[in-house]
Formats: sequence, structure tokens, C-alpha cells
Amino acid sequence: MTAATSLITLIALPFLGSVIAAFLPSNARNREAWVAGALALGALAIVISLHSAVADGGVVRLQLPWVPLLGLEFSLRMDGFAWMFALLITGIGFLVVLYARYYMSPEDPVPRFFSFLLAFMGAMLGVVLSGNLIQLAFFWELTSLFSFLLIGYWHHTGAARDGARMALIITGTGGLALLGGILVLGHIVGSYELDVVLAAGDAIRAHPLYLPALLLILLGAFTKSAQFPFQFWLPDAMAAPTPVSAYLHSATMVKAGVFLLARLWPVLSGTQEWFWLVTAAGLSTLVLGAYLAMFQQDLKGLLAYSTISHLGLITLLLGMNTPIAAVAGIFHIMNHATFKASLFMAAGIIDHETGTRDMRRLRGLRKALPITATLAIVASAAMAGVPLMNGFLSKEMFYTEALHTTTPFPLLGELLTYAAVVWGIFSVIYSLRFIHGVFFGPPADDLPREPHEPPRWMRFPIELLVLACLLVGVIPGRTIEPYLHTAVQGVLGEATPEYSLAVWHGFTLPLMMSLGAMFGGIALYATLRRFLLNRVDGPPLVRLVGRRIFERTLVFLSWRLARPLEARLFTWRLQRQLLIMVVVTLLVATAVLWGTDFSLPPIDWSAISPGLALVWLAGMACAIGAAYMAKFHRLAALILLGGAGLATCVTFVWFSAPDLALTQLMVEIATTVLLLLGLRWLPRRIKDARSTVRERSRRLRDLVIACVAGGGLGGLAFLVMTRPLPDSIARFFVERAYSEGGGTNIVNVILVDFRGFDTFGEITVLGIVALTVYALLRRFRPAPESIQRPKQQRLAAAHDDAHAARPRGDSIPQHMLVPSVIMRLMFPAAGALAIYLFLRGHNMPGGGFVGGLTLAIAIILQYMTGGTRWFEARWRINAVRWIALGLLCAAATGLGSWLFGHPFLTSHTRYIEIPLLGALPFASALLFDVGVFLLVVGATALLLLALAHQSIRSHRGQGVPAPTVSRKEKS
Amino acid sequence: MSQLILTWSVAIAQLMLGVSICCAALRLMRGPRAQDRILALDTFYVNAMLLLLAFGMQSGQTVYFEVALGIALLGFVSTVALAKFLMRGEVIE
Repeated sequence: MTAATSLITLIALPFLGSVIAAFLPSNARNREAWVAGALALGALAIVISLHSAVADGGVVRLQLPWVPLLGLEFSLRMDGFAWMFALLITGIGFLVVLYARYYMSPEDPVPRFFSFLLAFMGAMLGVVLSGNLIQLAFFWELTSLFSFLLIGYWHHTGAARDGARMALIITGTGGLALLGGILVLGHIVGSYELDVVLAAGDAIRAHPLYLPALLLILLGAFTKSAQFPFQFWLPDAMAAPTPVSAYLHSATMVKAGVFLLARLWPVLSGTQEWFWLVTAAGLSTLVLGAYLAMFQQDLKGLLAYSTISHLGLITLLLGMNTPIAAVAGIFHIMNHATFKASLFMAAGIIDHETGTRDMRRLRGLRKALPITATLAIVASAAMAGVPLMNGFLSKEMFYTEALHTTTPFPLLGELLTYAAVVWGIFSVIYSLRFIHGVFFGPPADDLPREPHEPPRWMRFPIELLVLACLLVGVIPGRTIEPYLHTAVQGVLGEATPEYSLAVWHGFTLPLMMSLGAMFGGIALYATLRRFLLNRVDGPPLVRLVGRRIFERTLVFLSWRLARPLEARLFTWRLQRQLLIMVVVTLLVATAVLWGTDFSLPPIDWSAISPGLALVWLAGMACAIGAAYMAKFHRLAALILLGGAGLATCVTFVWFSAPDLALTQLMVEIATTVLLLLGLRWLPRRIKDARSTVRERSRRLRDLVIACVAGGGLGGLAFLVMTRPLPDSIARFFVERAYSEGGGTNIVNVILVDFRGFDTFGEITVLGIVALTVYALLRRFRPAPESIQRPKQQRLAAAHDDAHAARPRGDSIPQHMLVPSVIMRLMFPAAGALAIYLFLRGHNMPGGGFVGGLTLAIAIILQYMTGGTRWFEARWRINAVRWIALGLLCAAATGLGSWLFGHPFLTSHTRYIEIPLLGALPFASALLFDVGVFLLVVGATALLLLALAHQSIRSHRGQGVPAPTVSRKEKS
Repeated sequence: MSQLILTWSVAIAQLMLGVSICCAALRLMRGPRAQDRILALDTFYVNAMLLLLAFGMQSGQTVYFEVALGIALLGFVSTVALAKFLMRGEVIE
């Protein structure tokens, strides 16, 4: 496997796993975990194998055409920095899967969990590996979406729903801003390819649009990374299962924001605007997050605010505009990922084992959970920045940079130093709360559960991560340095500065600051311990308004603004909606056509055949009669409608459109049956003796509007048809139907070949409509007055009951005897007609659509004469399967052309020797037409039978003998 | 000569079929009973089929017979459905 192909495999693996996981049964916990774990491990192996390609500043690229017309390519690009992120995502992802296997309870629907988790992993890999900025924004939004699903995994709890919604709105909006920023950036550079953008740093910084682009991109990054003032969504995301929190907080999601900052660091940084914006956001988040973390009583809440604080640190380092600070930022991304993932997992174990996360109740767990305690203590030490831990190294780099940074205002430099120390003190305090408060002291005796050590493999991820923290902290040069170097080179390239990861630099000022912060923190913790423990959840002094502004905005948008708008602009009455639609259309048409020349060319009246004129007369009379009768006599209106339809059909034949005529005829018949089926369930007409003046005037108004609209439409059609046709696309089809489509019936060739894609869409819609009707009718509750059997049937039953010799229900078969025999005999003939119409459709009038309709009508006819039970005892049409088969057949034909290297739905024609019949023309479009045929039969049958089954269903439980053939639920 | 006879007879047939369609439409509208309307619709169908046959003869193309075939084979389905509806109050039981 070359490096480029492994890139695409790397992206595809998690998504593939997501699909597989989604289809596994919900009780297959182990299989789920195996699939997810194996795929994550496979992805990790690919990432590791790619190291040699990206070490020393190498870049692996892969480009596939995506939207070539727009110059967009699906472009993957992995340099050292992306490699580091991919390692974190897949590595920690694997550990999270392993952990989740033991964390999730058997009641949870795990397929959903693992499916979302893997898809999220894939989306995150997409973000870091995108070589195209638009594509990056796409994956960015995908991470927002999947994090929404993961945070809301336990959607039965209100907290999960609210947290998920807030996360989606904040990060999704940020993603939109990011897309805007990327578009501006692409406008400046002239390309969205990351390579081109990264090479155009000077041009971008000098461009007048630099500031808008920067602001929009920062908005995206800050919302994702929970930077002040958008930090409030992250603590609410705690409602997610703990493995998800561990993943979101360490290697993914919030790291996407800082990833973007670092990714675009070479082109966007180095300006005053960058410095002020990024540093200010980072610094305030850093201090605020640490301050708030101290006052949390929820274990996960503490960790969440600490994440915010550490992300602030990374942002701050990236904002400082010096390469060495950027190195520190990248280093801290890795360190934070390792200790924060392990801490979340430890918190999850504590929650799992004791049943609570409230630090006011937890104490003395060291005895019950010795190993977990040790691991958590080491990880929190790393979080606090204790020497010989990885957190210490990046903290030292930060302190060094805080001391040496050069700003236009010396005061700011000092502020930075003090803020750094204060942050250090706060981190020590909240880390101590985690360690000392939870694990030390007398054991708690009022815990919801008796704690025990968790299973061996649940602890394993924490052990691995803590080991990494220690190894990096003790021997950084041997462990992390080459990898950090790879990552840094990916961002900084030539500008990579000299830096040293040594543990011991001598008694320097940064070390003094570190030690001062540590002892200050310990002293302060000792003083404040009681105060912190006895508080309610939440910080003193600071009242955060970010969340409240967010909630107010949401309430305003979704309630205060939407309600009045809905009240003013919306109506539930179909009549009024229709009125508005028609009137607006009329107005627009009048405005557009005002002043057009409506003069008619002379009409040759003698060319009109008298026979056709009479048919038209009859048809028009029927149409008007149908409209008139629709309100007063539904059945008569329906019959008249049939007459009008037939007149249309004859007209089509007359004007040389036999295809249309055939289709019109079949549709006409099917529609009549369909409407008749529905007629039985319609409520009775309200017999109002007389209507008020108001009602009459309303009807008059509607009549006028209807006449104007209908007359206008008819007039327009007439005008269009009496004018010479412009040279349209028709000639193209006429010329190429046989040479390229292999058929002489141009209509059919257009449908199945030239416009095959449209037809494919249409049959899909038809299938969807049929399924929707079926789904709606399954829950159909008829009006009370139409539940009982129709009057005619009651009379017949009463007649049967009155004669002792007749069993009940005997008279219908007798009445229907002659017609049903004839119609059964018709079935093969009608079926033959259907196949005939279908087979010759490519060259002569016909085709899959008409053929399908014909067969469906033939089937319905048997239902009518024999009854549902009689027919279904002989042939049960699984209409849904017909639909599925038809769609698959059409899609497979379309995809088949890919095998021969042609675009989707390319048709192929040849003559095939068939014994007895000789050489016959055969077009691959025929197979496509088979799909159309099957789908039309299925959809029509499903529609009609769904209605027809209502009558059996409503009779059940009314003393009717149990059906001998069970009713078909899934036909 | 035979050509002339054929042309004229086809033209007259068309006209007369058109008139009969109009008659059927009249009954279709006036009723008075539903049974009358249904029968009228069936007549409409039969006459339309014949009209199409006459038209096919006039144009000399068999393509137009297809629709006539369609009406002949399946045109009565509407009638059956309507009749069943009148008789039983339901189309499919």
C-alpha cells in the first residue's frame, strides 16, 4: 500500500466501521467493541506506518476529482502536524473504545454509540487530513454533528438534550463563520488548496481583507475550542457518556479549534491583530477556566473547566507570535491529550464504581481503588505541572515564553507573567481537590455503591496513558522529541526554532515560578479546603453571562419572534393557503406578461376534424361538470372526471402522441379506482340548509379567481402552441435517439437513457410516496360514521340472514359469478399486454412505466372481483419488495456502466443472438426499464392495496368470521 | 373508387362516433341516477375506442391501434370499479 492510498484508507476505515457497527444487533456488545476496536487499531497502525513518510518535513498527498467543474478536488494531505493529530485521534480513539466496552451498561444501545463514535473519529481525521480548506470546513461541521449525537446519546435525559443542542448551535454557528473566513481566504489566495494557502502568508497578511478573514476563522476556532466568551457549552457537554467526554476533551472536538489555529499559524500569525485577539482570548480563558474549575463539585465539571483552561493556554501560546511559543503550544496539545483522557477515564471509573461524581460525598477512595487512585494521582500531577511529568515540561516552556515575550506595552508582559503564576496556583488547587479530596481522608460510608477495582482492561487505557505522561516527563529526549519535532516541522517548516526539552535547566526564573505556584497552591488549598467543600456548585464573585445570553437569544428566536410571525403569516386552512398561492401566481404572471404581444396567428379552422371537435366538446363539458359536481355529488364528479380524461387521451392520439395517450389511459383507470377506494372513507357532506351571504360571496370570489387563473393558464398554453417552435433541444434527441440510445421511440430513449438520471430520481420519489402513503394509512382512523359496513352490504347480509338456506355472505359470489370468471380469464391477456408494452417500449410506444401500470391495473381487477382474501390466498404481492427490487435494478444498471469505465447510466446497445428468435436488439437501458417496471407495479399496488386493506381491517372485531387468510401487514 | 368509399365512410364514421360521444357525455352529465352515468361512461369508452380505430384507418398507421387495444382490454375496469362501488359500497372487499 503506498502512502497515498493508506491516507484514503485511513479516512474510510472509521466510516466503514460506523456503518458496520450500526447494523449489528443491539445486544452484541462484544462484537461491537471488537469491530470498533479492530478498525481503530487498524487506523492507528496505518498512522504509525506513515511516520517515515512525514518525518523530516515530508508531506503525503492524495488528490481525487470531486467537483472538477468547480475546480474542487477531494484532497488529502498529511504532514508532521497532521500526523501527530492523526496519532492522537486513532490512538486515544482505540483506548476510548476499549474503555467504553466496559463502561457502557448492557441496557445502553451500544450499536448507536460505537457507530457515532467511529463516525466522529472519521470526521475528526477528515479535519486534520484535509488538504483543501472547503473540505476541512465540511469535516469540521461533520464533527459538530457527530459530537451532537454523541453528547445527546442518553437522549432520555434533559441535560443530554440541552447540552447536545447547545454544543451543536455554538460549534455549528462557529463552523459557518469558519466557512465564511475560508471563502475570504480563498478569495485572497485564489485557491483553497492548503499547500497554496500556506505558501501565501505574506500576501494574506498584507491584504485589506485580512482582518475579516481572521475574525471569521477565529470565531470558528474559538467556538470549537471553547474559548472565552464561548466556553459555556463545554461543561454542559458533560452530559455525554464519560468515554465520549474523554475523547472530546483530549484528542478531538475541542482540539479541532487549536488545530486550526496551529494549522493556519504560518499564514495568519505575526500581526498585531492576531496577537491581540488570540492572546486576549487565550489569557482570559486560561485564568477564568482555572478559577471556575476550583469551585466545581462535580468531578467531570472540574475536569471540563480545567480543559477550558488548558485550551486557553494552548491558544495563548499560539497567539504569542513567536515560533518557540508555537512549539510549546503544539507540545501542550499532546501532553494535555494524554493526561486529560486518562483523568476523564479515571473519573468515569469513580462514577461507575461509587455511583456519584459529587466531590462533597467522595473521599478516602484510596483504600477501595488503590490502583486507580495511583493512576489518577499521577495524571493529576501532570495536570498540575509537577516536575517529572509531561505537563511540567510544557508549563516550563510557557513560563519561559511569558517572561520573554515582547509586547508594545511592558505592562502587558508583566500582566502575562502574573497571570501565568496565578493560573499555576489555581491548577494546583483544583488538581489537589481531585487528588486529596477524592482519594484521601477517611473512607466515605454513604456512597450509593460499594466501590471495587474495575475490570483489568477498563483500567488498561489509563495505565497506558499515565505511563506515557511519566515517560515523556522523565526522558523527553528519548521519547517525545523526535515526534514533536516532526509535528513542529509540519507547522513551522523552515522556521523551526531551536528548543530544548530537558527536564533540568538549572535554577532559572521559570522554575522558581513553577515552585512558587506549587507551594502557593498547596498552601491556599490547605486554607480553603473546608470553604471549597461546603459550597454549592459554582463559583463565587463571577457570574457568567455567556450562557444566559445564549439562552435568551434562543428563547427570543424560537418563541418570542417565531410565535407572532407564525400567528400573522401562517394559516392552517388549506383553502386560504391555496388562495394565496393562486393569487400570487396570478399577480406575478400578470406582471411578467404585461405588455406582451398576444396577437394570434390566423387559425385554419378547416383543419380541425369534426370527430375530434365533438370529442373536445364532450370532454370540456365533462370537465366543467366535474368541477361543478365536486361539492354536491362526489361519485358523479368522479365519473365526469373519467370522461374528461378519456377526451384528453383521444386528443393525445390525434396529435401523434400514442405514448402519452397510453400512459394517460392507464393513469386514468388507476386514478378512478384509487379515488373510488378513498370515497368510502370520506366523511359525509354537511347538509347545510342555506348558506349565508358571506359564504356565498366567498364562493363567488373563489369562482372568479379560479376562472381567471384557469382561463389564463389555458390561454397561455394556447398561445405557446400556436406559435412556431424555437429551435429547441428536441432536434438533438431526434437525431441521436437511435445512433446513441439504440431505440427508435424517442420518448422512451429520453426517459431511460438521455434523461435516465431524472427518471431514476422520479422513480425514487414515486417509491417514497408509496411508502409514505402506506405508512400514513397504517395508522388511519376512519370517521365514526364510515366505520360500519356500507348500507348495501348490510342489506345483502340481512337478505342472506332472512333466508335460512343461504349462508351469510353467499349472495356476492353468486352476483359476481359471471363477471369474475370473465375477468379472471382477462388476467393473462392483460398481463401479456403489460409485458408486450414493456418489451417493445424502446422502439415503439410503451415502456416500463406503462407496462407497470397495466400489470398493476390487471392485479387490482382481480382484487375487485375476487376480494382481498381470495386473491391473497393465491398470490401475495409483497409490494415493498417490488419497489426495492425495482430501485436496486435501476441503480445496478446505472452503476454497471462504471464497470466499463463510462459515466453513471451510460447505455449500451447491441444485437444478441437468441435461439429461435434470431438476432434481437438489446439495450442495457432495458434493464433500467425493468427497474422502472417493477417499481411502478410495486408503488401502484402498494398505494391501492393500502387503501383496500382498510376495509378488511375495520370489519375485524365486528362479528365477522376470522379471515382464513391472515391479513397482510407488510404487503 | 374503393379508396373514395373508404375515405368517406371513415370520415362519416368519425363524425357519427363523435356525435355518439356527445350523447354519452350528455347522459353522463344529466344522470339522473348514478347507474345512468356509469353506463354513459362505459359507452364513452367504447365509442372512443372505435373512434381511435377509425382514426387509425384514416392515417394508415397501426401505432394508433395500441391505445384502442388498451381501452378494449382495460377500459372496462373503471366501469367495473364503479359498478362494484354502487353494488357493495366498496370497491375491494
